[in-house]
Amino acid sequence: MTGSLALTVVLNGLTLAALYFLVACGFSLIFGLMRTVNMAHGSLYLIGAYVGYAVFEPLYDQDVWWAWYAGIAAGVAAAAVFGVAMQAVLLGWMQGQELRQALVTIGISIIVADQLLAVFGGTSRQFFAPDAIFGSTELPIAGRYPTFRLFQIGVAVMVGLALWLLLARTRLGLMIRAGVDDRAMLTALGVNVPLVSLAVFALGAGLAGLGGVIGATAQPVAQGVDARFLLTSLVVVIVGGMGSIPGTAIGAILVGVAEQVGQALFPTYSVILTFAIMAAVLALRPQGILGRPA
Amino acid sequence: MEPRIDRRRLLLGAGAAAAATATGLAAPAIAQNAPIRIGWLATLEGPFATGGQDGFRCMQMLLEQHNNQAGGRRIEVVRESSNAQADVALARARKLIEQDNVDFILGPLSGAEGIALRDYSRTLTGKTIINGSSGASDTTLRNPSPNFFRFNTDGVQWMAGLGNYVRRTLNVQEVAIVAGDYAFPYAQVFGFSMEFCRAGGRATYLWSPLGTTDYSSIIARIPRTAGALVVIHGGTDGLAFMTQYAQAGGSLPLIGGSIMADQSMLSARGPHRRLMLGMVSGGPIADVHDDPTWNEFVERYRRRWSNEGGFRSPSIHGFNFYTAQQAALLALEQVRGDLSGNQQAFQQALVRLEFKNAMGAQVKLDHNRQAISDIFLNRIEERGGQAATVTFGRTNAVNQTLGVPEAQFLQLGAPSRDNTGCVA
Repeated sequence: MTGSLALTVVLNGLTLAALYFLVACGFSLIFGLMRTVNMAHGSLYLIGAYVGYAVFEPLYDQDVWWAWYAGIAAGVAAAAVFGVAMQAVLLGWMQGQELRQALVTIGISIIVADQLLAVFGGTSRQFFAPDAIFGSTELPIAGRYPTFRLFQIGVAVMVGLALWLLLARTRLGLMIRAGVDDRAMLTALGVNVPLVSLAVFALGAGLAGLGGVIGATAQPVAQGVDARFLLTSLVVVIVGGMGSIPGTAIGAILVGVAEQVGQALFPTYSVILTFAIMAAVLALRPQGILGRPA
Repeated sequence: MEPRIDRRRLLLGAGAAAAATATGLAAPAIAQNAPIRIGWLATLEGPFATGGQDGFRCMQMLLEQHNNQAGGRRIEVVRESSNAQADVALARARKLIEQDNVDFILGPLSGAEGIALRDYSRTLTGKTIINGSSGASDTTLRNPSPNFFRFNTDGVQWMAGLGNYVRRTLNVQEVAIVAGDYAFPYAQVFGFSMEFCRAGGRATYLWSPLGTTDYSSIIARIPRTAGALVVIHGGTDGLAFMTQYAQAGGSLPLIGGSIMADQSMLSARGPHRRLMLGMVSGGPIADVHDDPTWNEFVERYRRRWSNEGGFRSPSIHGFNFYTAQQAALLALEQVRGDLSGNQQAFQQALVRLEFKNAMGAQVKLDHNRQAISDIFLNRIEERGGQAATVTFGRTNAVNQTLGVPEAQFLQLGAPSRDNTGCVA
């Protein structure tokens, strides 16, 4: 491997990690506060991507420059609304029954996948980024590199920072952190925990929707992608530690880089590397790299 | 003990008696009046969803033209879908045969699926499978099955003339070949490399599994010394690859596999279309081909489907499925719809068929029940503001071994990731 190839592969890994981070941090956030293993998280990704596409396509046909941004807004909003509805209608009243919630969300994911197939068909779709972030940028050593993938890193870093600010510096963040530590105590202090839960669900689901549109711009979206992103999110948060945002970032980077290095060195078997990492983490540090022991 | 007859037993008995009478009476009628049941199997899900839809479009168009009849019998169609995975295709084929009770299957679409169905066909008696659009070489070349027929040419055949053209006419010394890691691209790579390497060319191979979405690391590994890029991906894999190659600022001259330079790719919108202008490829069809049969076919396709989601011109999968059903209908006419006797007469008729496909090329089968037909060299040009493949070369009656004696061809081994056919 030459230096420039090695650098490109690492960059590919980091940009893929950025996408994984966007999707998985919502998953981790929801788990952190509510202990809900949301098995429908991949469906939120899919909803974001498809609804975003439904808004994007007619605008793109008319050559409107803001088509893609409108797609993002629609995708995020649709996923957030669906997430809130899921929490309000189904998950809220079975709070604390983890197994039941996991089963209900699996059911939701199956229903959503079938509905999306009925509405959008089996054809895969892809967003086309606005001209400003399409094409490639000249980088030292690596040479020409797709601009959109660099943009992806930018989005992930911004989302990461915003999340950190939200959790560390705002009243909502204070309540979320308190809720992670002791939910009962927080309720006793007069905080409306169900409302906080709704907010967190909206946030987590909206992030999955954002991931959906960004992801569907970098690579095509099709039926079945939901399972892939659910699995990746699970692996990322298991490696990084459930409920920890910095842990999610580390997990995403490990998984993303491993996947790309694997693809460059032994394409057919690259998927094994991801699971090897997960197995190693589970064997040596079951709570995840930055997770706290249960 | 005295036999007691309660209501349940009475009902059961009556039901059984009714069923017995019904089957007894219906049995002789089946042979003449019952419809012929055809199972259509294509990919309506997964990477080749658009190609599968087009296969159904073209077959439906042909059936409508025949008023849903062949050999004096009405035709009933059962549609099934797979997702380009062999196990799924096999499960759906079993469902068609065992539950829907179809007489024969037209399908599948993708390479590995074809090999799975070829093996399945061998376990069946009195049923026939006519390949839809799958193009792996070994489906009919090695270990062929007596009731599996393929009226489309395969992935190796589709590359006839392309390797020589790239090496000799375009004068390219070295190419990078990106291809899917499964049976169909193995065949295409094999067909291309056989000619290209024999003419003194060198090739680097970059494989990725079917369904790969992120090609950035593959793109990064394209050698700088390569004078052209051969892209043997199709469907959404092809779209993802080309979009990402465009994003990475790729600018090598492009040579396309048969399902890359196709309407299923050219009709999808996006930045890849700009790159694909000028791409040279080989295959059994082209959008612009000066032949009255073809022009009439395209005209009919447009009239029928332009308002219902059809492409501007039929795709390669649509064409292949159409050819398969053409053969089925012709054979059914010849045996006057008689599928009795384990379909012996029907299969014999299939073997002996010789007909013109929609491109106006003569089709006949070899001893492995594999088509011998004409192959075209195409270039993507701008026609009326739209990209289209245009024929500029033709090789007549290409057989499955590209003219190499069969024993010698078999000795080269089965096309695979490690056996690319690149021998000087």
